[in-house]
Amino acid sequence: MTIAAEPAAPPREQNAEATGDRKATRALDRVVIRFAGDSGDGMQLTGDRFTSETASFGNDLSTLPNFPAEIRAPAGTLPGVSSFQVHFADHDILTPGDAPDVLVAMNPAALKANTGDLPRGAEIIVDTDEFTPRNLAKAGYDGSPLDDDSLAAFTVHPVPLTTLTVGALTGFPLTRKEAERAKNMFALGLLSWMYHRPTDGTERFLRTKFARRPEIAEANIAAFRAGWNFGETTEDFAVSYEVAPAHRAFTPGTYRNISGNLALSYGLIGASRQADLPLFLGSYPITPASDILHELSKHKNFGVRTFQAEDEIAAIGAALGASFGGSLAVTTTSGPGVALKSETIGLAVSLELPLVIVDIQRGGPSTGLPTKTEQADLLQAMYGRNGEAPVPVVAPATPGECFTAALDAARIALTYRTPVFLLSDGYLANGSEPWRVPEPGELPDLRVPFATAPNHDGEFWPYLRDPVTLARPWAVPGTPGLEHRIGGIEKQDGTGNISYDPANHDFMVRTRQAKIDGIAVPDVTVDDPGGAADTLVLGWGSTYGPITAAVRRVRAEGGRIAQAHLRHLNPFPANLGGVLSAYRTVLVPEMNLGQLTQLLRARWLVDARALTQVNGMPFKAEQLATALKEAIDD
Amino acid sequence: MTDTAGGLLQLVPKAEAKQSMKDFKSDQEVRWCPGCGDYAILAAVQGFMPELGLARENIVFVSGIGCSSRFPYYMNTYGMHSIHGRAPAIATGLATSRRDLSVWVVTGDGDALSIGGNHLIHALRRNVNLKILLFNNRIYGLTKGQYSPTSETGKITKSTPMGSLDAPFNPVSLALGAEASFVARTIDSDRKHLTDVLRAAAQHPGTALIEIYQNCNIFNDGAFDALKDRQRAEEALIRLEHGQPVRFGPDGTRGIVRDRRTGDLEAVTVTPENEPDLLIHDAHAASPTTAFALSRLADPDTLHHTPIGVFRSIERPVYDVQMSDQLDTAIEQKGKGDLAALLAGGDTWTVVG
Repeated sequence: MTIAAEPAAPPREQNAEATGDRKATRALDRVVIRFAGDSGDGMQLTGDRFTSETASFGNDLSTLPNFPAEIRAPAGTLPGVSSFQVHFADHDILTPGDAPDVLVAMNPAALKANTGDLPRGAEIIVDTDEFTPRNLAKAGYDGSPLDDDSLAAFTVHPVPLTTLTVGALTGFPLTRKEAERAKNMFALGLLSWMYHRPTDGTERFLRTKFARRPEIAEANIAAFRAGWNFGETTEDFAVSYEVAPAHRAFTPGTYRNISGNLALSYGLIGASRQADLPLFLGSYPITPASDILHELSKHKNFGVRTFQAEDEIAAIGAALGASFGGSLAVTTTSGPGVALKSETIGLAVSLELPLVIVDIQRGGPSTGLPTKTEQADLLQAMYGRNGEAPVPVVAPATPGECFTAALDAARIALTYRTPVFLLSDGYLANGSEPWRVPEPGELPDLRVPFATAPNHDGEFWPYLRDPVTLARPWAVPGTPGLEHRIGGIEKQDGTGNISYDPANHDFMVRTRQAKIDGIAVPDVTVDDPGGAADTLVLGWGSTYGPITAAVRRVRAEGGRIAQAHLRHLNPFPANLGGVLSAYRTVLVPEMNLGQLTQLLRARWLVDARALTQVNGMPFKAEQLATALKEAIDD
Repeated sequence: MTDTAGGLLQLVPKAEAKQSMKDFKSDQEVRWCPGCGDYAILAAVQGFMPELGLARENIVFVSGIGCSSRFPYYMNTYGMHSIHGRAPAIATGLATSRRDLSVWVVTGDGDALSIGGNHLIHALRRNVNLKILLFNNRIYGLTKGQYSPTSETGKITKSTPMGSLDAPFNPVSLALGAEASFVARTIDSDRKHLTDVLRAAAQHPGTALIEIYQNCNIFNDGAFDALKDRQRAEEALIRLEHGQPVRFGPDGTRGIVRDRRTGDLEAVTVTPENEPDLLIHDAHAASPTTAFALSRLADPDTLHHTPIGVFRSIERPVYDVQMSDQLDTAIEQKGKGDLAALLAGGDTWTVVG
């Protein structure tokens, strides 16, 4: 079944109270804000800053950047609209929110592209300066929506953001164009006032970002403060809102805000340290994975080597070469890149060398939707190679979990000498959430021994396996006495010499499969508070947030439903078959056409049903809750 | 710049005991066709390796796919027989992460110039510390006799019964165009020349490309006979020696001069009048122009006026050296990485229980 659209529930207003100030303050339990503008308006930066302010304030939060693949689509047009949604709350939340309570629209196109997502009663802040006949026409409006009743369902705050910004910057040595560019900071200042966000961090950030052009830094800060003061003084904004810190949502510790790609990068550096091996990244730029290459290239002082290759094939080839030499080797890409790397992944399976392949999934097939999210590479990761070439698959569930998933992928690669897929996606990569910063001492020990001595009657046999893990010895060049040759041709068991013997090939194919099947992964845990559910919802990867939010809604209305989430898709947790068979109905929400569902049905002959969505966006909790309720009632 | 010729080899540990050719022969049965030119190249490489005196365990041969790519199995060093065309990429990762290794790539005309052309040109432009041996037999051998990217136009093969339509690559021209810092050509049957070229390549800091004309006696037999037959070779073969006038033919009666109008090179009969104008070969010339002109002398069909030897050998920054330097500089500037500080970043808050 597919998921149909349905409006979401508005946030709950808590005891409204006026403070002693001139203006009223209301307390809310959660708010969803969407900043939308032209690709050149700096909406991602604005959203990032608001998020950082919110994180340091102590709210729980979740974000959803949404931008076009074009760097600068024609200004003022619908394809050029870029947006950033942030959901923050005084309790723990799991998604970036189904629908914005507040929309900041920097031009007519941004308004038009986003109005359809707004629930009745939402607030809209528009930059009226941009509502010129020309811009209205570019967005496809016949007349200004600010002048008719088309926005009657919403509270509209018309603000001449551009004029106010330019006015606030009189006296700065800037051209008008440069001054106009600071209007996103004016908007940020206004929203920061509306939601009582701390401002020190943003001012610090601007001073660092524009350290080489202090006049630009000061102008942006002035615009930011002007926006704040505008909220404080203008009649149009009568109320500001408080969203208390989400103290109870967090276990004690030190927290920061982190995106999936950043957490993944840190996880790889952490794995390198914990394995006591130098990190080598071979990569070719591709959206939405390039940020990992950018991040790792900044950390050469951790001994990290980053190699921007001539193509995807060379990127993984170089990584495999570094693995042969004893590095913790990684390649990062997205689905189209995986397609190009397939042959080398097969070689890595045959050579049995450690290699982490990071696939930040995006909409496909082919070039597809480079900046949108999807989970449609699961079967490619599982089966996209010639011959029987099993590869373990690890999938993080949240942006912060990308850190531990990277460590886990490295553990499997190093322990079992195998390529490993780490399947993240565009939503996890760019989305962010508060993350408890781990102490290095908490991280697992990933060290594995290199072979140092002959292992068979004074000879070295590169394919003589560890009886428990079935891993072959990792003998790196430079080790005397262990000189050996490996290759993609079938090898004789033990010696590793070329062998075309039928029985040997049969044995080697089955042994490589058995090695992957035998990888130790934790059991899947089932959350079923009442213990009486006969419907199980099972997810994997980035759907964790929306599924969990939907499950809460179902339970809040008395529905009985059990939930489980997979972090390991190859091998599956050993208890998964038993879990599946314990429920009358198994529902599998996926951002594809049912790929995990196919694997489950094939493996266990269970009547698992897929709930699918492939619109480039994460599931909305309310829609998913409705689908779950319908399935329970079936 | 600290890396002078042989400077990078000093990073590779030396053998403790004197080595012999036998030390470099693996226990694997060599399975090339009897009479294949690969045997001679293998013997020359195995015979040359002891001269380098490097620890055997610090030498790695990486190959792609094709007849020549079986080479690593026969060398008693570390080795990887990889996939079609990708050996330069794999070797790049190995060489850039392990500067204590001497990394050699063995490839063929199909492997290096067709399916792997992209990796070859990028390895050359980066100047990674690799020694690439390109066995050129101008035919696909392992797939049984289709034309290759170096086959002459019009070649009749199984896949081109009416003659191939492709214009061939000239591997030396291609390498020079790809900014190669070391380019040489030699012939499988000339053990001494082959060894001299290997020696020069081994000492070279950066990527060295050696094109080795290699006879495939099954599918393209005699492709280089014009260069091997003593009599015919006199007119066909030009031996390049750095600092020497470029002369060939019986008793050096022929030579190479530059056409003053076009700048092109041409073969002339040496006379007392033109002798002062003979081209003096300068392998270390900063500009690749003359090396390129030399690479264009040969007639692709008759092989007349084929230069062999080192076309170009210049020093320029080596990729893996610079990558290591950047790591060292980062540590000097920022200190050794502190994981706890990295994870915490600049913006944290504390939740108290």
